[in-house]
Amino acid sequence: MLTDKDYTTKVGLARMLEGGVIMDVTNAEQAKIAEDAGAVAVMALERIPADIRSQGGVARMSNPLLIRGIQEAVSIPVMAKCRIGHFAEAQVLESLGVDFIDESEVLTPADETYHIDKLKFKIPFVCGCREIGEALRRISEGAAMLRTKGEAGSGNIVEAVRHMRKVQQEIKKITTLGDEELVTYAKNIGAPVELVRYVKENGKLPVPNFAAGGIATPADASLMMQLGAEAVFVGSGIFKSEDPAERARAIVLATTHYLDFDIVAKASEGLKDAMKGLEISEIPEDQLLQKRGW
Amino acid sequence: MKIGVLALQGDFQRHLTRLGEIGVKGIAVRKPEALKDCQGLIIPGGESTTLVKLMKNIGLFEAIPEFNRRWPVFGTCAGAILVSREVNNHPVEPLGLMDIAVQRNAYGRQIDSFVEDVTVNLAGAPQRIEAVFIRAPRITRIGEGVEVLSRRNGDLIFVESERVLAATFHPELTANPLVHQYFVAKVRKTL
Repeated sequence: MLTDKDYTTKVGLARMLEGGVIMDVTNAEQAKIAEDAGAVAVMALERIPADIRSQGGVARMSNPLLIRGIQEAVSIPVMAKCRIGHFAEAQVLESLGVDFIDESEVLTPADETYHIDKLKFKIPFVCGCREIGEALRRISEGAAMLRTKGEAGSGNIVEAVRHMRKVQQEIKKITTLGDEELVTYAKNIGAPVELVRYVKENGKLPVPNFAAGGIATPADASLMMQLGAEAVFVGSGIFKSEDPAERARAIVLATTHYLDFDIVAKASEGLKDAMKGLEISEIPEDQLLQKRGW
Repeated sequence: MKIGVLALQGDFQRHLTRLGEIGVKGIAVRKPEALKDCQGLIIPGGESTTLVKLMKNIGLFEAIPEFNRRWPVFGTCAGAILVSREVNNHPVEPLGLMDIAVQRNAYGRQIDSFVEDVTVNLAGAPQRIEAVFIRAPRITRIGEGVEVLSRRNGDLIFVESERVLAATFHPELTANPLVHQYFVAKVRKTL
């Protein structure tokens, strides 16, 4: 699978987005603001996660008309979300020609047992993960990019940090395993042994792992990049802030120059208030988006 | 000899890895100062709109043409757009290092991305290599002093001028080091 030609172009596009910022947008006007600010891609959706969280109800794939409008408005890649396990939504998104599909826990899951068989699609998929087993399961289903789940719509970075650190720690652990330990380790984390072996031999995942779920400031972006994220998704953080265009530009700069703290400082100067954000412990357990998917 | 890789955004990591594999010291270039240590520069694939903004913000948009007066530059995919003189279909302001025109996203969206074997003419010797095209541009015009190294179905995909190399595909995504070795040889000639 990892050497398949389709897979090369899928992971290839993910590689092209590295070091960049992918921004959630809900209309063509926001998409233009994101592109003008230097976004490498936009995620087209009807409601940003913070609104999905506050308004409740079933969250589904966006209206194709909205996605088309955004595709026409910008020249950068356009991504869109489908529900976990909802392969028919994914088929619709593929027919629209979106560049990347996010099988996302932000939307209400459609299947409580199975994720989508992503190898059947020509369009690449990104999926969320909280630990290495989940990451490798998604890759074995065909995901060409991973991202931390974090806690979408919270404006709170703590869960994304937890998930990025956990995956990184587990990758390091795998590189220290003896060959005889791999099968049992794979069984315990519920992932194919071939992918565990790949991680042992290469010291990294075969696809990039981006940060998502709670990024609201330039310093948040720098933090996630320093923890090993290869790029950054910003969902509610931009268009729930008081100055979307300036904040978008600032996060783009901080992601590129994440080790140059003068630039991160300068990018943060003069920004108005970030989104208010939520304390994770105040979110009822059954409303945590990160618990969706397995 | 050191070769810089523009590391603002995009697939710069795999170019750095490839340079290491062929025994060349690569430098991640995020600021104009980093160019002082380099004798060549690779501009990787990524998003050209993003790259232009980031280059302008940090002063590399002016520094790279200045660097190229002396040292070779190699642009792949989005990098090929940036080294061009003219972008046909999108308001991207290129660096203008080479007299070529390009069409951005010329083959369509991601669903139209593909991998194909192509023939490249390196130093007069035709060789087959695997080429990865991702939302790739197309070179629509070449000016004087620009030589064609490869075509695919009539489309220009790999061209060279005195101090610039441009490929619409991604040599860093395949295992074959030939294209990078060719650029390194070009850099060596200017030392």
